[in-house]
Amino acid sequence: MSVEAAIPEGYVKVFSKPKALSDAKYTYCPGCHHGIITRLVAEAIDELGILERTVGISPVGCAVFLDRFFNCDFVQAAHGRACAVATGIKRARPDLVVFTYQGDGDLAAIGAAETVHAANRGENITVIFVNNGVYGMTGGEMAPTTLPGQRTTTTPLGREPRLHGYPLKISEMLAQLEGPAYITRQAVFDYRHIVRAKQAILKAFRNQLEGKGFSLVEILSTCPTNWRMTPVEAGRWVAEHVVKVYPLGDLKDVG
Amino acid sequence: MPKGIVVVDKERCKGCGLCIEACPFGVLGFSSEYNSSGYRVVYMEHPDKCTGCAICANVCPDVALEVYRQEPTKEAA
Ligand SMILES: Cc1ncc(C[n+]2csc(CCOP(=O)(O)OP(=O)(O)O)c2C)c(N)n1
Ligand code: SF4
Ligand code: SF4
Ligand code: SF4
Ligand SMILES: [Mg+2]
Repeated sequence: MSVEAAIPEGYVKVFSKPKALSDAKYTYCPGCHHGIITRLVAEAIDELGILERTVGISPVGCAVFLDRFFNCDFVQAAHGRACAVATGIKRARPDLVVFTYQGDGDLAAIGAAETVHAANRGENITVIFVNNGVYGMTGGEMAPTTLPGQRTTTTPLGREPRLHGYPLKISEMLAQLEGPAYITRQAVFDYRHIVRAKQAILKAFRNQLEGKGFSLVEILSTCPTNWRMTPVEAGRWVAEHVVKVYPLGDLKDVG
Repeated sequence: MPKGIVVVDKERCKGCGLCIEACPFGVLGFSSEYNSSGYRVVYMEHPDKCTGCAICANVCPDVALEVYRQEPTKEAA
């Protein structure tokens, strides 16, 4: 940390930036939950002591610059193809720990096929799925995950399911497959949920280390900028509305 | 002496206010200072009330907070 502070004697440091994160400042907007999720992944890498053998696959979307934020190796995949790239790396180098970090546009729209087939094959990879219900990076267009009635730049009158489709519950779909080991949905809108989300991320990495196979952690996130809300309002929106369409909890766990 | 001390990395803070909202003891507030990116940064408005629980740092999306907690003394332990 670039802060000089005189901490009096008798105090111990109880929270600081994880070692898996570089000093680069995030490019996320103020208050965006992407930042919390990115840090939780870094904390999990620290706690498991796997930084030297971890490779991340970054998406196209607001997390495209993950390679700058992390101190481990990264490959930036073409839009939606992160699970396919992860499959190749993990199969060629099973000794490495391979994870993808993808938005809902990336994972559930353009990359739906790659996601479904990697899950169905039970690839031994860890997938972090950041669901904020919009294409954040490109200006807040409707995603397959957008809530019914939600206004976006491409659904200015609100998403009308009969016209635009229903919210795509990717985690519920994947949980029906035989391939995956662990599918869970979490959120980070308050401290309690952040602690739970962290445990889920740790488990998804541990599953890979134990050879259990495809593990996906969906995390309900915010996009204050495109939702046109303050960061505090956006967090409340997830807690009050998004969780009703996307209930939290484990959808599949082979143990 | 307060139980906790929060150190703000002023250049990382984006003034989102999530930490102010999350602190159970109303310790944090916006200062009158702006960083080089133009964000109004937070500071310990009521440092005496800080318990060092680190809830603020956990909810901070920009990893801008470091938290220190007083080691328990013999009498307290
Ligand atoms: C092949 C291709 N198609 C479209 C785009 C434009 N594009 C960039 S980011 C993005 C969507 C990102 O949304 P999401 O995955 O939800 O990530 P977020 O920014 O919300 O985290 C799209 C469609 C692109 N870069 N490449
Ligand atoms: S556009 Fe939305 S998702 Fe992207 S960084 Fe900004 S707030 Fe976050
Ligand atoms: S450490 Fe706890 S009490 Fe102190 S400012 Fe942060 S949230 Fe508030
Ligand atoms: S949560 Fe972090 S970025 Fe937001 S105001 Fe507090 S210290 Fe600054
Ligand atoms: Mg998105």
